[in-house]
Amino acid sequence: MFDWTVIQESLPAFAQGLGVCLVLLGLSLATGLVLSVPLAVARVSARRALWLPVWCFTYVFRGTPLLVQLFVVYYGFAQFEAVRTSPLWPLLREPWFCAWLAFALNTTAYTTEIFAGALRATPHGELEAARAYGLSGWTLYTRVLLPSALRRALPQYSNEVVGTMHATAIVSTVTLVDITRVARDVYANHLLPAEAFGTAALIYFLLTFTLVGGFKLLEKRFLRHLQTERRPAAVQTSPA
Amino acid sequence: MNMPTIDGRLMDSNSAPWLLQAEDIHKRFGNHEVLRGVSVRARQGDVISMIGSSGSGKSTFLRCLNLLEQPHGGRITVDGEALLLVADKTGALRAQSTAQLQRLRTRVAMVFQHFNLWAHMTALENVIEAPVQVLGLSKAEATERAEAYLQRVGVAHRKNAYPAHLSGGEQQRVAIARALAMEPRVMLFDEPTSALDPELVGEVLRVMRSVAEEGRTMIVVTHEMSFAREVSNHVVFLHQGQIEEEGAPREVLARPQSVRLQGFLSNSLK
Repeated sequence: MFDWTVIQESLPAFAQGLGVCLVLLGLSLATGLVLSVPLAVARVSARRALWLPVWCFTYVFRGTPLLVQLFVVYYGFAQFEAVRTSPLWPLLREPWFCAWLAFALNTTAYTTEIFAGALRATPHGELEAARAYGLSGWTLYTRVLLPSALRRALPQYSNEVVGTMHATAIVSTVTLVDITRVARDVYANHLLPAEAFGTAALIYFLLTFTLVGGFKLLEKRFLRHLQTERRPAAVQTSPA
Repeated sequence: MNMPTIDGRLMDSNSAPWLLQAEDIHKRFGNHEVLRGVSVRARQGDVISMIGSSGSGKSTFLRCLNLLEQPHGGRITVDGEALLLVADKTGALRAQSTAQLQRLRTRVAMVFQHFNLWAHMTALENVIEAPVQVLGLSKAEATERAEAYLQRVGVAHRKNAYPAHLSGGEQQRVAIARALAMEPRVMLFDEPTSALDPELVGEVLRVMRSVAEEGRTMIVVTHEMSFAREVSNHVVFLHQGQIEEEGAPREVLARPQSVRLQGFLSNSLK
């Protein structure tokens, strides 16, 4: 029934595909994290000149499919003479660069909204206490607002990470040989769809499982303050 | 020579200067005037209780003192330094200089009704935060200070617990330690026991009483008449944004002159 030898022979290719997926995911998420923290701060600003551009950016990138964004960057830009003669062309003709650009901007847009939502949900009293004790501006953000908001955003952010990981499957459309592209090659060569895509699905599943597990550990570490405390009975009854 | 001041306290020639003066504070929310010219002054060691029914403006007044609310009129002086205020386009006053406001806020520490501890920090971290970040103490100094004050309010054994894992009474005592750690000139208490379960009120009041007995200057918005009577040396009764009656608790609470205070006291039953 199941052709295990085909799977076994294609494992090295799948491993390389996994590498492509992880590198793209890592680069995009790192860019997204670095950009989305300041953008989220701007997004919740009372100043129109700050929040409006960020709102436009997230609106556009969350309002269009990632696949379309990838095609616009990879195929669309190349149509214009000005782009082909620009100094950026050596980068923009590279599928790697285009994939990174599209994925980074896309995850930045979603992550910005997640962080902005968490910032807005900061308990008013904590903000007020910070002000009353003389914290303001940079210190207020770095000591109270962001540490509290980023922690609370962790569960939602883990969804974004898993979603972006799944989305990397579409880079196979711009010639990158990721897990999905390897699966399609295996299918094309052997006409064994169950083996080819089943293996890909299993790899994605294991990746998801690992990411979710990793985030569970992070949440345990960083969301301790929101969890119900389990104190051993001996400590509870000991004299204060 | 002793001469009575307008608020009934004796002022003798060598008495301490005012630590905090709030003069003629006005505040409105929309068209509703919440404060219509309230003046309160405190000297070193004064414990002033502000009482009144809800909506009388007592909490709003307290929050105007450190500019958590923007007053629409009035003058605030802390430790002889007048806070420079400018009106914004809605007519509300804000600090002219952020640096001066910061300085004032480090001298006036507040304890809130809902504690308002920073949830992602442990009790100890809550107490050292402002001393390190705002006063510029080293972490070691601040920790030493924080541990002493946590000990002082009786929650040192819970210093590594997060606020959510503390009882309401413990949280409020940590919040008092956080205020004490600023070593402020004046402490403001905004209904510090109103959000507590009845059985936890006592532990917080005991701490407040002992803090008052150290000679600290406190302005306390409260519904606890026993605290107002036994601990404070001055009681201010607010009604509809104005001071209806004030003076020594022995006088004001035992022999209220105005019908409103008489009514308020007979309803509070304590």
